[in-house]
Parts: sequence; C-alpha cells; structure tokens
Amino acid sequence: MSIVIKGGRVIDPGRFVGIADVLIEDGKIAAVGPQLSVPVGARTIHAEGKLVLPGFVDLHVHFREPGFEYKETIQSGSAAAVAGGFTTVCCMPNTSPVNDNQAVTEFILERARLAGLANVLPIGAITKGSEGKELAEIGDLRRSGCVAISDDGKPVMNSLVMRRAMEYASAFDLTVVDHCEDLHLAEGGCMNEGLISTELGLPGIPAAAEDVMVARNLSLSELTGARLHLAHISTAGSARMVREAKARGIPVTAEACPHHFTLTEELVRGYNTHAKMNPPLRTWTDVQAIRDGLRDGTIDVIATDHAPHATQEKQQDFTEAPFGIVGLETALALTLGLVEEGVLSIEQAVQKLTSAPAAAFGLKKGTLAVGADADVAIVDQQEQWEVDPSKFRSKSRNTPFVGWKVKGRVLTTIVGGRVVFEASRVER
Amino acid sequence: MTADMDNPLERKDEKLIMDAGDIARALTRIAHEILERNKGVKNLALVGIRTGGVYLAHRLAKRIHGIEGVQVPIGELDITLYRDDLALRKNQPILRKTSVPFDMANKIVVLVDDVLFTGRTIRAAMDGLMDLGRPEEIQLAVLVDRGHRQLPIKANYIGKNLPTSRDEQVQVLLEEDGENDRVVILRAG
Amino acid sequence: MSLKRKDLLSLAPLSVDEIRLMLDTADSFKEVTGREIKKVPALRGKTVVNLFFEPSTRTRTSFELAAKRLSADVINFAPSSSSVVKGETLLDTARNIEAMQADIIILRHSSAGAAETLAQGVKSSVINAGDGWHEHPTQALLDLYTIRQRGMDFQGLRVAIVGDVSHSRVARSNIYALIKLGAEVRLVGPPTMMPWGVERLGAKVYSNMDEGLRDVNVIMMLRLQLERQGRAQFPSIREYSRLYGLTAERVKLADSAAIVMHPGPINRGVEIAPDVADSLSSVILDQVANGVAVRMGILYLVSGANS
Repeated sequence: MSIVIKGGRVIDPGRFVGIADVLIEDGKIAAVGPQLSVPVGARTIHAEGKLVLPGFVDLHVHFREPGFEYKETIQSGSAAAVAGGFTTVCCMPNTSPVNDNQAVTEFILERARLAGLANVLPIGAITKGSEGKELAEIGDLRRSGCVAISDDGKPVMNSLVMRRAMEYASAFDLTVVDHCEDLHLAEGGCMNEGLISTELGLPGIPAAAEDVMVARNLSLSELTGARLHLAHISTAGSARMVREAKARGIPVTAEACPHHFTLTEELVRGYNTHAKMNPPLRTWTDVQAIRDGLRDGTIDVIATDHAPHATQEKQQDFTEAPFGIVGLETALALTLGLVEEGVLSIEQAVQKLTSAPAAAFGLKKGTLAVGADADVAIVDQQEQWEVDPSKFRSKSRNTPFVGWKVKGRVLTTIVGGRVVFEASRVER
Repeated sequence: MTADMDNPLERKDEKLIMDAGDIARALTRIAHEILERNKGVKNLALVGIRTGGVYLAHRLAKRIHGIEGVQVPIGELDITLYRDDLALRKNQPILRKTSVPFDMANKIVVLVDDVLFTGRTIRAAMDGLMDLGRPEEIQLAVLVDRGHRQLPIKANYIGKNLPTSRDEQVQVLLEEDGENDRVVILRAG
Repeated sequence: MSLKRKDLLSLAPLSVDEIRLMLDTADSFKEVTGREIKKVPALRGKTVVNLFFEPSTRTRTSFELAAKRLSADVINFAPSSSSVVKGETLLDTARNIEAMQADIIILRHSSAGAAETLAQGVKSSVINAGDGWHEHPTQALLDLYTIRQRGMDFQGLRVAIVGDVSHSRVARSNIYALIKLGAEVRLVGPPTMMPWGVERLGAKVYSNMDEGLRDVNVIMMLRLQLERQGRAQFPSIREYSRLYGLTAERVKLADSAAIVMHPGPINRGVEIAPDVADSLSSVILDQVANGVAVRMGILYLVSGANS
C-alpha cells in the first residue's frame, strides 16, 4: 500500500527543509518533492501546516522484558515509542536475564516483531551479567542483532576491562556506550550532591562521579580509537570534556535526556520520587551547560533513558524508590521547548532526534532519503496539551512532568510504510 | 444597678455592672465571709484560676492579711489541660503555668474565679487541684455569678448575682491587666 | 499564637515564634512532670502510635511516657524488616495504622523524608522522631529547651556542634533552629564529616577542635557512629578521639560557664571523656528529663492543630 503525505513542512536534517509531499511505496521512501501525483489506491494524509519528520531514534530505553514485565513489555514500550514519534528504539541490556547472549537478543527481537510497532534494536552487554569482569560474547551479540554494547546502570569500573571492550568492539564496528558513574564516589547516593542534598539529609552523588568516568572513557577512546558514546551526560564538566575531546578528534558522541536539560535538583524538595533518576537532576549551571552543549554540537543526541517503574515502587520512601522516569511520550514536546526558548533551531532539534542518533550507532535510520525505510513522524508543532500519565501507552506512569502544559504533539507515526499510531480525533 | 449612659468609665458597647468601688467592697465582704465561715485563717489557702482568678485571689489575701495579720498561701491554677472541650477546639489554647507552692493536705482551699457561668471551668479546676494533692475541703469564691449552670456547682462566696441571657458576654476587667477595674456586659451585635 | 501545623516534620520551615511557642508550652509541661501525679487529661481518648522502623529505646520511651502523661492511649508498632511484607510501602503500613483511628503517628525511619511522605498520605498528625540524616526536631527542641533552662539567651549564643554532622539529623535540626534564633553555630569535625556547602546554611566550619571551642557557651557533642570507621570517614577511633574527643582540657577553652550536651547514647572515652560526661557542666541527664516535657508540649500542640 502506498501513502502520500501532502503539503507538510518536511525536515530531513542535512538534506532537505521545505514544503513537500512524501510518497511511500513498499515500505520505503519513494519520493520527496512538491505536488507529487497520488498513485491509484494510495492513502493520502494531509499534513498542511504540520511537520513531516523522519521517525525519531532513541538510543536509550529500558523495555524491562525479559524479567520485569510488570514495569513494561516490549509491546507496551513500543506502543509508547510510536505514540511519541519514535520509530526506532535501542533497548538497554539490564533485563533479567541480562542481554549478554544471543538467546536473549533473539528473544527481544522476536517480541519486537510480534509487537509490530517500532523497530526495537537491542544493545548487548559489555560484560557477562553486566558484572564488569569478563567480556560478553560481543561477536555473537553483533551477529544476532545487537547494535551497540553497554553495561548501562552498572558502569564498567575496571578500566582494563573497559579498554579491552573498546578494542574488541571496534573489530565489529560496534559503538561502546557507557553510563559514566564512579560507583565508589556515588555509593548510596540518591540525588545530586549539593546544598539541597545537605538540607534534605539525602546521600548525594557528586558531579565528579560522572566527570571522572567521562574523563576515563575519553582517554580510553583516545588510546584505542574505539567509537564511544556517552549516555545521558548531565554535568557541566562532562560537556566541557566532550567538547574538548571532539576538538582533538576523539571519536565520541554524547547524548542528553530531556529531564537533564529541563529540570534541576530543586524538584527533589518534598522528596518527590519522580525527581529521582540516575544521573540525578543537577544544578541550573549544569542544565545550562547541557543546553550549550546541545546548541554547539558537543552533545549530538537527545535520548530519553525511558525507565518505567511501577507506581508502588515509586511510592516508596525516597532512598528506597528506584531511579528513573518514563520519557518516550514527553520527549518531543520537551525538545520543542528548547526550540521555543531559542536554544535550538527546529532543524537542530530534529537532527538530535533522528539522523544524529542513527549516525552514532551506524544505523540506516533517521532520514527521509529516497530508498530509506519509510519511518515517519507527522507532528503538530503548535498543539498544546497537558501531560496526563493516565493516558500514556507505557505501562508505567512515573513522570515528573504530570500536569505540565506543553506544546508539540505527534499526530501520525509510520514505521516501514505502515501507520502504527494516529492520535485519536477524540483526544484532539 | 442601672446603667448610666453618662458614666465616663463606660464604653459605648458595654454596659457597666460594677465599678472599682463595687468590686473593692464585694471583695472586702467576701474576705470577711471566708474568715467567718472558716473561723479564721487556720489551714486556709487561696487558689486563683488563671488569669482573672489569680488577681482576685491576691486581692483577697491582702484583705485577709489586713484583717488577721496573716499571709495565707496562694496558688495559681491553669485549667487548660483539664478542659472538657479541648478535643473540640480548632486551636489549642496557650498553656500557662500552674503553681501551687504549698502542700494541700489538710488545707481548706478556696478556689477563686472572676465569673461563674456554666460551671465547667470549676469542674476542671477541681480535677486539676485533686491531681496536685488532697485538700481537706474546697470552697468557691467568685466575683460574679451570672447563672446558666450546666453542672451541679454552687459558689460559697459571691460578689454579685447577675441575671444574664445566655448569649451575653460578661467581662471582669482588672487593673492587673492594665484596665480600670470594672465588670461589664458586652452588648450582643 | 497557636500552632497551625498538624505535623511536626522538621524545624527548617518553622518561624521563630513557632519555636518559641513550643518551648513555652514545654515549660508548662515541665511543671506537670514535677508533680506527684504526673498525668493530665489533655489527650484523653486520643490514640498515639509510635511507629519505629529503626530501633530507638530512648526516643520511643520518651514519646510513650509523654503521651501517657497526657492520658492518650499509646500503641507501639515496630515493624522489623522481616515483618513488613516485602513491597508494602511506608504509606501502606501507615494507612493500616490510621485505620485504627490513630490521631498522632510518631515516626522513626532510616530514610530522609519518610515523615514528610507519610504526612502527605495520612490525615493523622505526624511527628518526626528522626528520618535518616535529615532531621530530629524534638531532640533539637529539647536541646534548645535545656539551653534556655540554663538562663542562656539564644541571640549571640556561641554553640559548637562537634562530630559527624553529615550523617546527623540532630545536627541539622539544631543548625536550622539555632541560626533562626540568632545563635552563632560552629561545626567542628574533619572535612569528611561535613556535608557539602553546610556553611551556606549560616554555620562556620572548623576542622581544628581547639579553635572551634574557643569561648563557646554550649558544646554539643554528636555520637560517633563507630561502624563508619575505615569507610574513609576517619582512620581510627584512636585518632578521632585524639583530634575531636572532648576532654576536660578542651572544655577549658570554652566560656567558663559553658555547658556540655550530648543526645546520647554516649561512647564514653571516644567522643567524650568519662570525667567530662560526669562533670557539673554536663547537662546530659537534664536533656533526657526535659525530653518528656518537650514531647508532651508537641503532642498537645499538634493535637490541637488537627482537630
């Protein structure tokens, strides 16, 4: 079946920006241009006044399956993804069992096929069981479909192991992703270390816990020449070091999460567990540094770190509650918030959600080039809506943005030429 | 007594019931009655109920001293913790100190209060006193008895019986609080 | 004035007037605790629940006695980690207790913010009896009461708090209240025991104990958590004791009328020399005695604000 998207403003980062029609045939982009003729039997989607974008690519989600299906499944996570305009998501290996072998990778891919919504691409573990000791069978992981490797949530503390992982992964052209956190410095911490942690009596995680690991990883990337991707950087120090490393030609990319460029540690006051994430919300200085990094290209990618947790888990007291928030269904609006504030141009914002993440992992995604997979998001940049977690497609509702009035909404999501999400007319 | 609209002590919204002279004479009479009834000052003690009753107790003690040449012991009682409406109130009343610096065993304790109304304050005061010791006898002296009792309580010494309607407010204003001595009814509305 | 708060969660947000009201109210109850019959009917018919997730005989007993002297019914509930069903949140537990028509819940919990979380979820009044490293408001109030009882004025008072401030809820509550009341607060201990940026709360930090104690009016010693030895906070009890232990010699550096306080239980010979603990300047037992009166006052005040 063919689809023609008529009259929208197409933004294909680095390739084309302008009013155009987009023709989709056989699951691929067949043409992008003005006044395309509509083939017989094709469905027409009117997109006048709307944005027509490559489907978004999220390098950092937790879909919790296998092992924690009460928080999220690949089915529910995929539904949340496409509702947020994400057509490709890369899921972290910290499931139970950990995705450190071919069987788990194949299971995830099979579940994703059954869900039939987004492209779900597994990220394999760096070490067996993500224990930071022995390398996982990275070659096998690559062959069975993993697109990167990471021990996200359990950073590799042993620098020698990290060095070997980088060297080994470069043989398969795999990007190594690290959650940068010195576990000794961060031990027991549950929010940013600073005046507020002092006032609230909560154990802190200093910015230095992230910075020292960013520094180590950059050094190892320089040593090995391996492609490094830094997950969810949150500190001014990280941004500064990445900027400097890029200037020196180190093959590094970095991502930031919407909460880290939108919120500060102030939100923890009142012991709000929806303000508990790792890395923690930092200071306004850090938020500004992250925004500067996004603006000047130091930070390539916007990723969600979508981390669903059940309501009762987040209802525990602050130190017991798990880290993380869901992000897939709010990321676009928060990113467009940066456009609204003049931090990013709309083209930059789209790039950080599409072509830049695809490039970081070497994925053939995030573009509307003729011949590319027809993954498309149609967006109303102006529509205002209120964040209501009860309407989330995700199984979990753990968001600090509840009740926020935001702007910018996904109307239609197309994956491989199929419409997989349409905002219902009732809701709008 | 009849209210005199020209009386300079009277404010517009109050009706004067007793002036300073009335109060002084009533207290003098009560002091005599106490001594008469108890045949002197032996084992006699006064306990004022905060705050008005404390001032009156001191004035009575002074008069007794003037008559008998003996200083009777005085105690001060805060009945807040014994109120029966404590659980019903919106805000907790300010607590003041209770001070009864003498042993009550075998004492005839004259409780002193400014106005006797429902009797609930006196009930609370008696409970409070009993927790402090075991007096031989408790008597009650009040400056004004305005009626409307809700408990079977009766004063032994009364400065003035004052028929009132229930919604009127009777106030005893004393020099110790920086007022001119007087008893007034605040007019409703 | 009267207290408008249904809960006492921390001293940080209280006004000077509210703190003074609490101390004045405690004064009235101090008289009650000195009577032969130490019981008043103020909370007759009310139910007070001691919900202690962390063991603490002292604080629990003090609250229990306070509630009983106000004629409240007292239930002690000490969920050990094993008896609380895994996955049952603090709120679940509290709602169960509330269903027993508790008027006041007194909470001790290892997690900072637990009392605040609880207060948001239940209608009962909540009194924080210590939450993690955050606050222990009634302990600080009894410290303040004890200082005031000694005739000291808070304005300009020099108070040294010595020890592991970063892990101390007692220290935090005292810092907030003393600074509000106009005292000069000095925090004495190694930098490893000072929370980040604590001087920005208005306190002065001293790593040299002798300097920190000079001319102070009050020395408040914190209990050393011995299990923290070797966890990079301090190298050994021996060295800690030498650098930050309170000796008779060091007491002499303070004002000649200075008092020595300790929230208990004391590690004798570690943070405080035995002769100092027993000396006249120590008011440690007064603190314990005042604790009951202070807690009676708090129970009385919050029970009024929630009816």
